[in-house]
Amino acid sequence: MGAVGKTIIAGIGQTEFSKSSGRSELQLAAEAGIAAIRDAGMTPADIDGLVTFTLDTNDELLLARCLGIPEIKFWSRTPHGGAGAHTTVQHASLAVQGGSAKAVLVYRAFNERSGRRFGQPNQRVTPPGWNWYLPFGLDVPAKTYSLAFQRYMHRYGLTNEDFGRYTVVARKHAATNPNAWFYQRPITLEDHQNSRWIVEPILRLLDCCQESDGGVAMVITSADRAADLPHKAVKIAAAADGHLRDGNVVFNYYHGDLAEFPEAKLMAKQLYDQSGLTAADMDAAMLYENFSPVVFLQLEAMGFCGPGEASDFIKEGNIDLDGSIPVNTHGGLLGEAYIHGLNNILEGVRQVRGTAVNQVKGVEHVMVAGGRSGLILAPAG
Amino acid sequence: MPKVIPPTVETDDEYFWDGVQNDQLLIQTCADCGRFRHPPVPMCGDCHSTAWTATPSQGTGTVHSWIVSRHPTEPDADPRVVILVELDDGIRFVSNLVDVELVDVHNEMRVELCFRVIDDVKLPQFRPAPSPSRQTPSVQG
Ligand SMILES: [Zn+2]
Repeated sequence: MGAVGKTIIAGIGQTEFSKSSGRSELQLAAEAGIAAIRDAGMTPADIDGLVTFTLDTNDELLLARCLGIPEIKFWSRTPHGGAGAHTTVQHASLAVQGGSAKAVLVYRAFNERSGRRFGQPNQRVTPPGWNWYLPFGLDVPAKTYSLAFQRYMHRYGLTNEDFGRYTVVARKHAATNPNAWFYQRPITLEDHQNSRWIVEPILRLLDCCQESDGGVAMVITSADRAADLPHKAVKIAAAADGHLRDGNVVFNYYHGDLAEFPEAKLMAKQLYDQSGLTAADMDAAMLYENFSPVVFLQLEAMGFCGPGEASDFIKEGNIDLDGSIPVNTHGGLLGEAYIHGLNNILEGVRQVRGTAVNQVKGVEHVMVAGGRSGLILAPAG
Repeated sequence: MPKVIPPTVETDDEYFWDGVQNDQLLIQTCADCGRFRHPPVPMCGDCHSTAWTATPSQGTGTVHSWIVSRHPTEPDADPRVVILVELDDGIRFVSNLVDVELVDVHNEMRVELCFRVIDDVKLPQFRPAPSPSRQTPSVQG
């Protein structure tokens, strides 16, 4: 039994995913929140904890007023954006398992396309630490990450076309997912290669995640309540983070070998140790991809394939729906939407419930991870 | 939008930007155990000393990785080559590669420090270093 093995994801909820929601971020959070609570067969009075990202603009008490949550006994926020996406569930799970709360609502909601866009360049240095990068031209995430990706490409002789093969799969999965922004819009590798350079010679437009408006939420509670739920309960079989002393989420240039993702390796080891499972036991994986190469680095770090093998692994169809480890069956952050990674957890839940639109047959264990944080989800009981 | 966003000097990196004004790339150095650390932090993670000095870099290194950074709103503006330099001093440093054609940029190329003023901002930059075989032999005796 892992550190968090006695808790479940009882309910999930979301808004539509769009480029212009037409309403406030608080409204998106409230709509996703009440949907998750209802999905769990609960009422707001059952919720007594709240967890979101430090970057989320939605005040906990305002959200509690929207939802009518009478008492809050636990709250926390997780740092570093998408790097902490899965940490939200870890916090909620530990709060429940430790007795601080009975049911915790995890949420993330933003107008990240119609409001503040993450893909637009920073126009001033934001201390601390950006002085080492912004004056030299690293002004958007696509550039900051690419400076590390280039070393990976150099090490294994990859080109941008290799990354394109991931995007083709993600868009294929999105094409049959009505929730996805790119529903019914698959692409070919040629389309990928014809899209414009964002950072030459690393990333083209179709290697980059979307900017999206929307909200997602879920309810984490004790496994004791699994039998009471309207839906199949999904056990949080493991939850872990991985960070290193010389690491940096955005400017990860200082650890020994930039062609590796040591934080993901550390995180995955803990998931496997907690659950007693291995990469071979996973039936599907939802892997955070602000940019396509992150999938490659994660597949290798988490043991789905060996170092430098991700390109061939993907080319051979291993991450397709009928492959050895279907990846981002909803289309991921490239194909479905960019709700800061939390929408990937919802897809993991749907795969375990057996209700995904692109359902993988016989799912027992799903890895949901963003390199530095991750979960293993499994059927409860 | 300016091409170069100037640094916002902070307590823990003021020494560095002062050094740039004097044509020096300074590396924070623990005054007790002598280890280099970059980016700087106010305490040595090895011996926990808060005493430190600043050592001028030798100014040579190799390109560990590189990208072409284009201006986000002016596509025709000259691109900047951003490099991660593995300095011979033993640290990695993000900078730009200047005086080079894009086709000649490659991993492991040797580079040397120079200083340039771009958009009124003085920055440490790197340019291709002459390869050892092409260096003029030093005159003996
Ligand atoms: Zn020291």
